[in-house]
Amino acid sequence: MWEKKPVLFLLLATGAILVGTIVTMILPFAWVNTEHDRIETVTPYTALEQEGRDVYIREGCNNCHSQTVRPLVAEVLRYGDYSKSGEFVYDRPFLWGSRRTGPDLARIGGKYPDEWHYKHMDSPRSMVPKTNMPDYKWLRDNALDPEMIRRKMAVLGFPYTGEEIEALAGKNEMDAIVAYMQKLGTGIPWREAATTEIVGELKNPFMGDPAAVAAGRQVYLDNCAACHAEDLSGDIGPELTDMSAYDEAFLYEIIYNGITDGGMPAFSTLGSKKVWQLVNYLMYRE
Amino acid sequence: MDKPEYNYAIVRSFVNWSILWGLVAILVGVIASFQMINPDLNFPPYLTFGRLRPLHTNAGLYGWGVGTIFAMFLFIVQRLCKTGLWSDKLATFQLWMFNATIIAAAVTLLLGYTTSKEYHELEWPLDVMVVILWVAFAINIIMTIMKRREEQMYISLWYMMASIIGVAVLYLVNSAAVPVSLFKSYSAYAGTNDANVHWWFAHNAVAMAFTAPPLAMFYYFLPKSTGVAIYSHRLSIVAFWSLVFMYLWTGAHHLLWTPVPDWIQTLAMAFSVMLIAPSWGSVINGYLSMNGQWHQMRENYLVKFLILGITFYGLQTLQGPMQSIRTFSAFIHYTDWVPAHIHMGTMGWVSMIGFAGIYYLVPKIYGRELYSIPLANMHFWLVLIGQLLWTIPLWVAGVLQAGMWNAMNDDGSLTYTFMETMVEMYPYWWARSIGGIIFMVGVIIFIYNLILTARGGTSSTAAIAAEGRA
Repeated sequence: MWEKKPVLFLLLATGAILVGTIVTMILPFAWVNTEHDRIETVTPYTALEQEGRDVYIREGCNNCHSQTVRPLVAEVLRYGDYSKSGEFVYDRPFLWGSRRTGPDLARIGGKYPDEWHYKHMDSPRSMVPKTNMPDYKWLRDNALDPEMIRRKMAVLGFPYTGEEIEALAGKNEMDAIVAYMQKLGTGIPWREAATTEIVGELKNPFMGDPAAVAAGRQVYLDNCAACHAEDLSGDIGPELTDMSAYDEAFLYEIIYNGITDGGMPAFSTLGSKKVWQLVNYLMYRE
Repeated sequence: MDKPEYNYAIVRSFVNWSILWGLVAILVGVIASFQMINPDLNFPPYLTFGRLRPLHTNAGLYGWGVGTIFAMFLFIVQRLCKTGLWSDKLATFQLWMFNATIIAAAVTLLLGYTTSKEYHELEWPLDVMVVILWVAFAINIIMTIMKRREEQMYISLWYMMASIIGVAVLYLVNSAAVPVSLFKSYSAYAGTNDANVHWWFAHNAVAMAFTAPPLAMFYYFLPKSTGVAIYSHRLSIVAFWSLVFMYLWTGAHHLLWTPVPDWIQTLAMAFSVMLIAPSWGSVINGYLSMNGQWHQMRENYLVKFLILGITFYGLQTLQGPMQSIRTFSAFIHYTDWVPAHIHMGTMGWVSMIGFAGIYYLVPKIYGRELYSIPLANMHFWLVLIGQLLWTIPLWVAGVLQAGMWNAMNDDGSLTYTFMETMVEMYPYWWARSIGGIIFMVGVIIFIYNLILTARGGTSSTAAIAAEGRA
């Protein structure tokens, strides 16, 4: 009989649609973004960071980059600690994405120094030769509009000061997006927690073996040359031509764990074999 | 009973415009695919991949997809209700509102006015336009059904009404935002809530806009094309109600392993697997309706489009639930597997059924038989091969990249850096671009065939066919 009564049909269809909607879409509001999810250290975006986020949205960065690390072994190793609900409470809209043409960015904050990001945004291929990421150098030409950003902060209800807004006047969209990159994933002190405590004595398994030095050269070119230059003369990172002042174990630890506040990323994901090859290349190359 | 006066002119206009937007969508898609191979093809600020990709999806889903749905619904509702439209003026308004919205969408997306939400990128003033458009459409369809002269509402009308209600609810809820300026707004929801609301929208937009309407078309055009009724009415009833009930639980399968609460993910996973039943209910109903009619696959190009379309729907609704299982999702999510899945649905299912529907309408809207059936056959093979060359390499690429992302050395470190996995994708991306071009050539032949039909040309084959019938 519903097949002959359109009003009844419409009511029944609406009812059928609403059951799943209420359970899986409306009900979760009772749990998500409540006190239960709260993380004390997570703070709203500053005016500059929020503007960077809006540039990220405008340029559709989310079409190629996700922003959620899943609790899976390979993923936590590659990107860092898995994402927690409470880290996203100030994200309007969410930017989790659905495709990783480029790497996930949920934990990019603090991984590289600002200078790396500027250089990489100017010309990604100058840092990563085979990448398909387009150049965003032109963002430097777009000055920020402090009044508009103030309005945005007011709409979002994020705290800001007059000085903070005034300071935006001389800045451009590149400054904003780099500031945003550096904020991502830093709401919890995961990087410190992820540092590996090295127990016992570190022993160089290669001792200047030429094969290891050659392998180390390749590892260097693939992972280090973008910042320290192909000839080790230094660029964003310091010069590495003379490592005689370092001892093997100390150098190993710097590469493996990085320097959290110095902009040197941790390379533990390379595994200890490759890190030792690097140490041998840096210390014992001809 | 006096013969009702059907409004076919509006159907023709929607067909013509939707095909135009479809061609734009495919062209932009092909360009974007080459941008992924060569970043020098990005021309900032307007023509970068980040801005063209939403233009491609919006033109495809809303220009071609929804445009075709409008055409088909306006046609089918008149025929099944044995009456003209409730309001021809409202339908004309709907046509121009539709085109205005699509043009505004294209311009604003290129200007970078976007909410960032996949398949719902349009900023709030355009949301308002979409709502006006949909309300005009809904009123006309529902009021036409109200004044119908056929008591029983056929299966297609159920799917159409469910689609109208469903899209309205989804779009309104997911549009909620606080404006800052004319072209900038912030979502009303934050973080995990926003993600959950959005994927409830996005997945069910697929259900309500790109599953229910093509099914409405399939249930109408298959019997019309073969001359044989649908195999089981009871199976249609079961499949319809279970589909509209179950779909709405599944949005969070796009969010497996994210911070969305586990119980929502688990429900989504369970309902996704259960959805195989109603989806395949329609597939099986379609196949069984072909009993004794399979020879028409050779003789009737309409049947070919329809049966291949429903076959890809069957594959789509098997692959989808598979991807919704946590372990499998952990592996293939975020790789090229997923775009390939979507394109089997859009190029293989929705577009195939759309092509069939348009071919069926040709004599009614252009007033004469199709210019060339061999060209229609060529169209069929090109879009089929184009789609397969698009999707199959990317499934392979997805598995390859997922394997590399997960590969670990004996000491527990990762075998490959991200870039080492990305550069492996280039050959597969080339295959995709070529597949896209082949598909586009198929669609250009389709358009050529329609233009010649509309101009009144008659090819020799059509003349022979017409003579044979006489």
